[in-house]
Amino acid sequence: MKTLSRIYTALVFMFLYAPIAVLLLYSFNSSTSTIVFNGFSLQWYKTLFADGSTLHALYNTLLLAVCSSVIATVLGTAASVGIEKLRKGALRSAITATTNIPMMNPEIVTGVSMMLLFVFIGRILRINAVLGFGTMLIAHITFNLPYVILTVLPKLRQTDKNLAEAAMDLGCKPGSAFFKVVLPAISPGIITGLIMAFTLSLDDFIISYFTSGPGFQTLPIVIFSMTKKRVKPDMYALSAIIFVSILILLILYNIAQVKSEEKSRKRH
Amino acid sequence: MNRRSSLNSKLTVSPYIIWAALFIIAPLFFVVYYSFTTSAGDFTLENVQALSKYLPTFLRSIWFGIEATLICLIIAFPTAYIIAQKTDKIQRTMVMLVMLPMWMSFLIRTYSWMAILQDTGIINTFLTKLGIHPVHMINTGGAVILGMVYNFLPYMILPIYSVMAKLDYSMVEACQDLGGNRLTVIRKCIIPLSLPGIVSGVTMVFVPSVSTFYISQKLGGGSFDLIGDVIERQFQQSYNYNLGAALSLVLMILILISMAFMNKFSDEGEIVI
Repeated sequence: MKTLSRIYTALVFMFLYAPIAVLLLYSFNSSTSTIVFNGFSLQWYKTLFADGSTLHALYNTLLLAVCSSVIATVLGTAASVGIEKLRKGALRSAITATTNIPMMNPEIVTGVSMMLLFVFIGRILRINAVLGFGTMLIAHITFNLPYVILTVLPKLRQTDKNLAEAAMDLGCKPGSAFFKVVLPAISPGIITGLIMAFTLSLDDFIISYFTSGPGFQTLPIVIFSMTKKRVKPDMYALSAIIFVSILILLILYNIAQVKSEEKSRKRH
Repeated sequence: MNRRSSLNSKLTVSPYIIWAALFIIAPLFFVVYYSFTTSAGDFTLENVQALSKYLPTFLRSIWFGIEATLICLIIAFPTAYIIAQKTDKIQRTMVMLVMLPMWMSFLIRTYSWMAILQDTGIINTFLTKLGIHPVHMINTGGAVILGMVYNFLPYMILPIYSVMAKLDYSMVEACQDLGGNRLTVIRKCIIPLSLPGIVSGVTMVFVPSVSTFYISQKLGGGSFDLIGDVIERQFQQSYNYNLGAALSLVLMILILISMAFMNKFSDEGEIVI
């Protein structure tokens, strides 16, 4: 049974990593082929760093991810604090139901519906190219918000309500009681929400595809237009770099977590 | 004191309410509005009537979605169970390995499958070298379903795993003590207990599978149009926003119905993330 489960797990992980292995291998291919491996070379990595447009798209992607995740986190945290204090009733359930919509709707419907809104407004205001950075930012904030709220709200529920009251009894104004007492208590939830929003935004293609214009293109959009014809291996090289950097970040994060656990174990 | 804090709560939640009204509710209104108007803005039922032409596409999408979801469930359930049995440290590493591929552009990963499945691709080159007749895989329905299973499998493994990791194993032991063999324990104990995870996994795989458009274009070669492909074309090629909106409206209703259906299976009626 044990060997059987080992073989099974190995097969599942082989399936998950097969295309990634192919991609890593062909990023070192000496020809343009993504089918035949002709020999080892680093030329696609050189082409990648010489190609300004790809790097510009990467910059756009990071810019959008930072802006949308930060705004969504601030807006979402404020909303969570408000929702937590609201009495149970029509308003609260309406807010919860609305928050669930972007998560339940197929992404293509969310993208299309926002595109229709933007196009309609653009027609009324007579703006020719309404789709661009602004519309993408709005779209990304919108699909990030539910995830931020859903990670912050449980943390708020866990914190002791008396903490803020105690701070106010000790002379804090409600505002500073929030920033000095409640905010540190819920900060793990806020950080998780921020990271989640950032990665969602970084990775998003479908909603971006419908809300972006030719003036502002992110990496997934550039990759999509490339895969319509043929993908050059420099895209493989870029994906390989992204993959390796995420892998390193995750390993570092895991090591840090294990170390901090060991530390707290020693203290006890 | 109480009045003041309730005033504050309305103040902090109101930017979100305005945002949600403008960018979550209003766009849905526009989907309905465009569905029932002509490009000039007059009321019409033309778009809704044109939908009957797309019935086969809708049925194919649903069928492919169901197949992909079932295959994901069959692969993911044992995987999640195996992961949940390991020690904490190995569990964490394995979960990380399941999540890692999701951080890479799904476009590139799907494209990479083309290189694997093509007639002159990696699998067939390998088969030819072994002296086996090459198999035609790309541009088939099976390739599209494979793409869906590949892309959405982590969405099935993770929720089932997270329920199984928190499972009360004294229940499982009780089931064994009462004389259940391995199969009975799984059927009568582990499956019912991990149902919330299964339900959320099924919705998290079914919804993107039914509505996908990139996977079917790349791995189906254009001969297996799904509803997402039709919608995408209305908006990005033929610029018939009104028909596209009507199609999206039907897709949305379809998803809502299947969600309501799925939620009947889980006791809490809540989605576990």
